[in-house]
Amino acid sequence: MRDYTIRRLALFLPTIILATMLVFALFWIVPGDAAYMILTGGDDDAGKVSLDQLDKLREELGLNRPIHLQYGYWLWDIVRGDLGTSIWYKIPVWDELESRFYVTMELAVLAIVMAMVVAIPLGVISAVKQDTWGDYSSRVFALVGIALPTFWLGILMVYGLAYFFNWLPPLGYAKVWDEPMTNLQQLFFPALCLAFHDLAFTARVTRSSMLEVLREDYMRTARAKGLKEFIVVGRHALKNALLPVVTISGYQFGRLLGGVIIVESIFVVPGMGTLLIDSIIHRDFVVLQAIILLIAGVTLAINLAIDLLYGVLDPRIRYS
Amino acid sequence: MLDRTEDAVLARESTGVLRFPGAVAGTAVNFAVRKPLGAVGGSVVLLLIFVALVSPVLAPFGDREIIRVDGKVPVYQSPSLDYPLGTDHVGRDTLSRVMFGARISLYVGGMSVAIGITFFYLLGVFSAYAGGKVDLIIQRIIDAKMALPGLVIALAIMAALGSSLNNVILAIIIGLAPAVVRTVRSQVLSIKEMDYVLAARAVGASPVRIMLRHIVPNTFSTYLILATYYLGFAIILEASLSFLGVGSPPDVPSWGGMLTMASQAHIKTGPWTAIFPGLAIFIVVLGFNLLGDALRDVLDPRLRGAR
Repeated sequence: MRDYTIRRLALFLPTIILATMLVFALFWIVPGDAAYMILTGGDDDAGKVSLDQLDKLREELGLNRPIHLQYGYWLWDIVRGDLGTSIWYKIPVWDELESRFYVTMELAVLAIVMAMVVAIPLGVISAVKQDTWGDYSSRVFALVGIALPTFWLGILMVYGLAYFFNWLPPLGYAKVWDEPMTNLQQLFFPALCLAFHDLAFTARVTRSSMLEVLREDYMRTARAKGLKEFIVVGRHALKNALLPVVTISGYQFGRLLGGVIIVESIFVVPGMGTLLIDSIIHRDFVVLQAIILLIAGVTLAINLAIDLLYGVLDPRIRYS
Repeated sequence: MLDRTEDAVLARESTGVLRFPGAVAGTAVNFAVRKPLGAVGGSVVLLLIFVALVSPVLAPFGDREIIRVDGKVPVYQSPSLDYPLGTDHVGRDTLSRVMFGARISLYVGGMSVAIGITFFYLLGVFSAYAGGKVDLIIQRIIDAKMALPGLVIALAIMAALGSSLNNVILAIIIGLAPAVVRTVRSQVLSIKEMDYVLAARAVGASPVRIMLRHIVPNTFSTYLILATYYLGFAIILEASLSFLGVGSPPDVPSWGGMLTMASQAHIKTGPWTAIFPGLAIFIVVLGFNLLGDALRDVLDPRLRGAR
């Protein structure tokens, strides 16, 4: 296990450095630079900016340094926990981002829990009762869920809720540690919307994983021992079938963080997603960069955690 | 086992399409009988292509045309005989806009898949065939890119480059990279150990020739399947970007862009403006997925359950 952990960590380090390079490079292609954007206030039409001013600010921000040095200083700031100062809000990025970061994470975790709670039983039933109407309807459900665009589902949900229950997305937002019940109420529908796509996908993976396990020899042995069918399926089959499901759900987390942006903007949730859209509109690339970096960091950390967990749960993986 | 052999027969017949155009009809019927859901998907795709081609003729109004009846603009008309899918907040016909939207979806989806999937497919082939350090480096870059959700990368690129259809295509191409490279690479890794590749190398074929003449034709079904799936995915991505207001320019009748206007403020007054463009996306994407599933089952049983 120790060797496996070391090997996995050795792969993790270059990956995360490459990811920061990608994020850095992404904003290197932006026309104009940070100095220009700060002076124009993120607005392209804000009149002419004098070259002297530009040069002075570039000097101050270190933008006249060679690109690898710029990257180095940028990375060093991030390592020290300094994500820069917002061009639009003119305050440190993390001050604006902190509460939103937790909201988004809560939403994502809630969605993934919802998806697994529904999808796993659905997938198991589908596999155990293969080729019955139950299997067919759950497969159709999965197909529909995968093709259903999140934003359309979100719009329809908001419309349905407004029409039938007079429920509108709340304007204020209750913090989870202040008013847990209100907070849950506010996040329930966005999370459900977000979970839907994931749910369909997870159900599909559970089904194929279960089908594979159900054909194993040890399943026949378990039945031959005279165990109850419930125990055969629940304890012997599900336990083995769940590994790939958990792994894939974890990898899906990154994709989920993409969906969060859409869901937040439909349900007006004050999370990172709405801030991301705002920062695009304001051309606030410092905030945008910070958000993308955070998303990448969280995704990579979760993938690493899953791989390590996988090594603990399934010894075979350690030696491959 | 019987199932497999039948698939293999059908697969041979399907690839035969390329060689004997006369057999197309027979193969299509055969495919429809064996894979009814796939045939439904195929019909949806054909319908999309048809509507995209003839929308200027077929659509009752122009895509940007603001309708005037007796000097009045029919704003938020619910679906009726005159306007089968209703009109929107500035008095444009939803049906016409949905029909013109098919062109945008097909153009953006088709271009990004034709360029993007082809490039990343070749990159996957190259990465696997080259092996060693080259493979390791390419795979680490893909790993790093995996950490960024496709939508987030696409949003960042759109923010940097500004909204235009070609930028959307570029953003989608970069957004969908990693999974394609992965899938192709794992396929090629097993193929490159096969005897015929060894034989080609033994007679002194160059690496480029081996890749293009031996490996690419033998993984072509993978390419076709991936292209089908990703067309649906690209259409959703385009719609998502346009929905968030950073995709296609506002005057372009993109299905996603139509939903932006329809959501929130307008949904109570004119729900049809939100329902129909979304329904179009849903049906088209479902069509591509069904076709992709069927193609996968028929052409490449090894990929079954891979997605």
